[in-house]
Amino acid sequence: MTEQSTTSSSSLSSPVSALDRAEGHQRSESARIWKRFRRYKPGMAGGIIVVILVFIAIFAPLIAPYSPTEKVGRRGTAPSSEFLLGNDEIGRDVLSRLIYGTRVALIVGIGAMSIALTIGVAIGAMAGFFGNKVDLALSRLIDTLMAFPLLALLITLAALFSPSLFNVVIVIGVTVWASYARVVRADIMSLRERDFVLAARSIGVGNARIIVRHMLPNVVGPIIVLASLDVGSIIILESALSFLGLGIQPPTPSWGGMLAAGRSLMRNAPHIAVAPGIAITITVLAFNLLGDGLRDALDPRQRD
Amino acid sequence: MLRYVSFRLLQGVLVIFLVSITSFAIMQIAPGSPVDIMIGEQQVTQDQIDAINRKWGFDKPWYVQYFTWISNVFTGDFGQSVIRTGVPVRQMIIEAAPVTLRLNFLSLIISVLIAMPIGILAAIKRYSWFDYSSMIGSTLGIALPNYWVGLMLIIVFSLKLGWLPPYGSDSWKSYILPVSVLAAQEMAILARLSRGATSEIMNQDYVTTARAKGLRESVVISRHVFRNALLPVVTILGYRIAFILSGTIVVETVFAWPGIGQLFFNSIDRKDYQVVQAIVLVLATIVVVTNIVTDLVYAYIDPRIRIR
Repeated sequence: MTEQSTTSSSSLSSPVSALDRAEGHQRSESARIWKRFRRYKPGMAGGIIVVILVFIAIFAPLIAPYSPTEKVGRRGTAPSSEFLLGNDEIGRDVLSRLIYGTRVALIVGIGAMSIALTIGVAIGAMAGFFGNKVDLALSRLIDTLMAFPLLALLITLAALFSPSLFNVVIVIGVTVWASYARVVRADIMSLRERDFVLAARSIGVGNARIIVRHMLPNVVGPIIVLASLDVGSIIILESALSFLGLGIQPPTPSWGGMLAAGRSLMRNAPHIAVAPGIAITITVLAFNLLGDGLRDALDPRQRD
Repeated sequence: MLRYVSFRLLQGVLVIFLVSITSFAIMQIAPGSPVDIMIGEQQVTQDQIDAINRKWGFDKPWYVQYFTWISNVFTGDFGQSVIRTGVPVRQMIIEAAPVTLRLNFLSLIISVLIAMPIGILAAIKRYSWFDYSSMIGSTLGIALPNYWVGLMLIIVFSLKLGWLPPYGSDSWKSYILPVSVLAAQEMAILARLSRGATSEIMNQDYVTTARAKGLRESVVISRHVFRNALLPVVTILGYRIAFILSGTIVVETVFAWPGIGQLFFNSIDRKDYQVVQAIVLVLATIVVVTNIVTDLVYAYIDPRIRIR
């Protein structure tokens, strides 16, 4: 968490590094975080599943037994040894679509999270650092965003702009940043009067540099935790949008869209709707557990 | 207190103003001119177009349009639906609101009655099997997409077993599935939040003091922990309103529940943007007002909040 401060050239500008006694302490700090993280088994499990999911997404063409978009069997056939999760409403292989769907889920989850994180951190940092009128204005902006039930806002925006992978990432990204802004604002505000910030300012370091080099490194922990939890909730939002027909459009395989398509054959071929729901649940669970694990590991109040 | 109340109210008014600008923008961003949207598929004469322009001021600059729109909204006139030609949007909302309210009120009561005791008990008996199993359940519940749970319940209880109707809101039986889905999701989150709030109380100095002076654990729990935990736990509810309204949109769509959520989605689907605009404005205003009321109630009961 204090990585930035050790790379800083002047030890005066960043007392944290002086206390840390550079390299040695740095390594032990990350080792301690890793040790704390490993101790919390559900967090580890979540982390491992996330790594597996990333692999599945990257190597989807190698793993998937069939094409995700071509008809390879009879429509709605139940799982068999040939088609492990059966065929969907058109006759495509459900397992292959599920595997390719991992790509969409992770692209949207991580993409939208990155946008939200960037906007949220920037706005939160400005509100917290400048305070007064800037804070008053930006805080009302945050309040306004939080006033809308998220899905109502997302559905409206998704309907106004033509649905595509790119637009879904943007639309979700620009609507879910409020939580980052709130956390960063509060943390930056509490750092504003700290000695190392005053020290930096006294030797003439500019505002932007103080925020980026000296304050933000101290807020990295909560941001990472929030980001991990956020990927989970974004994946649920994306799947809900696609389920309602406003997200990723067929034939691109998205888990929410697969669920929606499975509705028509719900009576005779429930497996089409079951599989993507389980995939969503496992993925969201993994990111949430990872987030919980990171929270414990990065919390400086935690004892080893 | 007066200073806090007026400050908070002023903030609220400002946010509602910003919310109204955002809602107003929906009609402006929507593809096609606002007049086209309002006409929809109808055959209209030039006179009717002129009448629309006169009423909403679409031939004037946007801030005049906003002012005209918000003045109409203040008199309860949200315009007319395009799908159900000529039916005032206000009437559609008034018809749908009670249906949504019944659904959500019921699920909220059920989830509070079940989840809050679980959360408080889990915090009191931290690291017990009860704590672990309830938190595993809660973690799983948060990860489950609600519309998928709804579909699974329809498959099992409606299609396979034939016990409950899959759609509509005709009898008490049709309440069971949608209420269960909404309640389950809210329970998962409420249990977790109540556990967190109660754990915080457990770590307070006054609890340690109560123990140190030799009070029995049951007395410490009932008199010092439980009473103090109740306030943050109950106020959590006030801040949950935006999430609850989000949930109802999807669940109503899955179960064809004729409430605000379904009305909202159908209007989106058929590009009836005046209805969309009205619902977004109404929902966001409800959220802002609920949050303010929660803040004020909290500040009234807990004086520490006022001093900021």
